[in-house]
Amino acid sequence: MARVLILFAHPSLERSRVHRVLLDALPSDPGLTLHDLYEAYPRLDIDVAREQELLLGHDVIAFQHPFYWYSTPPILKQWQDLVLEHGWAYGSTGDALEGKTFLSILSAGGGEAAYCAVGYNRFTVRQLLAPVEQTAQLCGMRFLPPFVVFGTHRLGPSDIAAQAARYRALVEALVAGEPDEAERERLADAITINGFVDRLVGAGT
Amino acid sequence: MSTETFFLHAFVYLTAAVVAVPVAKRIGLGSVLGYLLAGIVIGPFVLGLVGAEGADVMHFAEFGVVMMLFVIGLELEPSLLWRMRAPILGLGGLQVLITGTAATGIAIALGLAWQAAVAVGMVVALSSTAIVLQTLAEKGLLKTSAGQSAFSVLLFQDIAVIPMLAVMPLLATGHVELAGDGHAAAETWISTLPGWGRGLAVLGAVALIIGAGRYLVEPAFGVLAKVRMREIFTAAALLLVIGIALLMQQVGLSPALGTFLAGVVLATSRYRHELEADIEPFKGLLLGLFFISVGASIDFDVIRGAPGLVAGVTASMIALKFAILLGLARAFRLPTDQALLFAFALPQVGEFSFVLLSFAQQEGVLVASITDPLVASVALSMATTPILLSFNERVLRPRFGTRVAEERAPDVIEEANEVLIAGFGSFGSTVGRLLKSQGIGTTVLDHDSEQVELLRRLGLKVYYGDATRIDLLETAGVREAKVLVLALDDPPTTLGLARSAKQHWPHLKVYARAFEWRDAADLYEAGVDHVYREALDSSLRLGSDVMRALGFRAFHSERAAQKFLRHDQESLQLLASYRGQQDAFISAARERIASLERILAADLQEPDLEQDAAWDPTTLIADFGSISDSRPPRPER
Repeated sequence: MARVLILFAHPSLERSRVHRVLLDALPSDPGLTLHDLYEAYPRLDIDVAREQELLLGHDVIAFQHPFYWYSTPPILKQWQDLVLEHGWAYGSTGDALEGKTFLSILSAGGGEAAYCAVGYNRFTVRQLLAPVEQTAQLCGMRFLPPFVVFGTHRLGPSDIAAQAARYRALVEALVAGEPDEAERERLADAITINGFVDRLVGAGT
Repeated sequence: MSTETFFLHAFVYLTAAVVAVPVAKRIGLGSVLGYLLAGIVIGPFVLGLVGAEGADVMHFAEFGVVMMLFVIGLELEPSLLWRMRAPILGLGGLQVLITGTAATGIAIALGLAWQAAVAVGMVVALSSTAIVLQTLAEKGLLKTSAGQSAFSVLLFQDIAVIPMLAVMPLLATGHVELAGDGHAAAETWISTLPGWGRGLAVLGAVALIIGAGRYLVEPAFGVLAKVRMREIFTAAALLLVIGIALLMQQVGLSPALGTFLAGVVLATSRYRHELEADIEPFKGLLLGLFFISVGASIDFDVIRGAPGLVAGVTASMIALKFAILLGLARAFRLPTDQALLFAFALPQVGEFSFVLLSFAQQEGVLVASITDPLVASVALSMATTPILLSFNERVLRPRFGTRVAEERAPDVIEEANEVLIAGFGSFGSTVGRLLKSQGIGTTVLDHDSEQVELLRRLGLKVYYGDATRIDLLETAGVREAKVLVLALDDPPTTLGLARSAKQHWPHLKVYARAFEWRDAADLYEAGVDHVYREALDSSLRLGSDVMRALGFRAFHSERAAQKFLRHDQESLQLLASYRGQQDAFISAARERIASLERILAADLQEPDLEQDAAWDPTTLIADFGSISDSRPPRPER
């Protein structure tokens, strides 16, 4: 069992096509906490102590957000800037997040093929996610490749539902248990975790 | 004196002041010299408009000095006074002792009997509290180290007058009998007491002042404040000062000392600013009257009779005192420019010397042939003070002391805060608490004495007072403040105060609380840049919380409220510019309301409004939904 914290950031969920469906698909499980940042802090006034306490109470930390301009929405950047304090999250005395698992759950307008050297986005999602990966690294967390819903502008309702099912499976697998060392080894260089969801589900059961 | 002559004299004195003081100030001589010159002009030797009663007027006007010391006491917290004990006793004590001894020695050398010489020495040792403090305050020099030192010396002298008066009868060669105080004590029941009884009475009076000041005055003024009648408060302030003066005279102490003591006791009171503002005009007028009467009392017959003698005595008194003062200033390590200022401030002989001289003559210690030229010299020496200080300021200081600002003593009598808050109800107190939490100094004035009581018990520095009074704001330090917060709960008062604040202190940034948009528009019209309708933010917050309760996203609700606020603010400013033009005003109001409705309606129906367009997927799908992953859509050239 692992306790999973999803830090969710969508400034305009009421207009979202993908994330609303994803959230609806989430299992209700005592091991899972969904923390809706824009709902909690509409004025972006992050409560640092509360956030740090939440982090301490979980083993897996996930950022879930649309991949706006190859990055997080502003509240999640604000969250990083304020919550991941020197001396707490990093630095010579910052070990609060040591050993926790980190991953991003993203929706991206472009298709998977757009996110590569010959695509119009020119870089892979994992390359573009380098700042977040390095942030997790500096905080001593164990980074997993992101779960990405690609090509959202082209997805119909049934496609989105299918993505939501895989998302649910991934979250359930993480709640059931963090990936073992062998699995982490296999994931080390993967661009996304998308192709590994079935394996993870199999390992958990 | 009949009513008619009273009015006539009042007319003459007031005209002299109104004409002479502005002229003197314009020429740069200061108000004190203006008053003195006015006194000379209306006196018996030039126009002769006032005559023999001049001495009575001077006696009455001395009460201005009493009031001045009360006001000075109000600005001196006990802890500050305690810290000044060394300069008061050391500098003041040495000044009186050395000057008195030297003058006595010179008088003996000139052939006076030793008793007469001691009397002369005491006369010469004193300086003029009224002239020095008034002049220094006017030039803004009271807070310099020289100003503080001068104040210490004057305070010691005011205390020293009492034993001097007591000693005078002992010097009388004929009858040696302990007569206590001079003028007043002779007739009071106290003088019938034995020595120890009198001592007890004095101690009792001082204890009474301290005790009453601490435990009686505050609640009494609290009751009066609830009456909310300004003149009653003023009357009570005057009553306090006069009552103390009477009490002090009864026990044979100086009234000035008593009111000073009362001032110090009340310096920590929340009514301090109000008291100061109430006494200030009386003090100013009486002091002016006092200076005029000094001018009028200069006896030009004596001067004409022996011009060389009077000039010589005046010059040598000033020179002697100046030399001793300069030496003491150096000994007490004042920097050169401050030492010069100190020595140039105090070399005159003061108003109490008149009292001492007349008393000495009355007791037979000095004869008229000595007191007459001395009285003339004392008055002349007082008149020289503003001239000497101007000389120092214009000729010497540019050479010796250019760094006036740096030499300022760290002890500042008044607290000078950056922010002044008028009105400390729930609105103002929230502002004050926020600023206090950030370590920003605020001076707070409130008219509700119960509220003030409560807040002070909670440890906040709040003063009782009617913030709409310009003079009260002055004493509360509005000149030094950067920001004035108007948090009063009465729109017309706020508007009036905003107008006069903009007029009197253009440097001040005014932040005003308003109620409905009409008040706000008035305030904008009055030139206030920052106006806050008190219910606006909270009603919008409530509104956005209702939206959340109905299922809207928090961030959306918050932004809707912010958008509304911005739009409303623009409407208000637009409407304010239409004030007075009824038709244009109404149509503009209708237009703004309609446009607000349009915007809000549109906000719900079409989600792509303003910044939200960025988050709308519709256009993205149209553009990106059917393209290859190798090339993004771009504008065609």
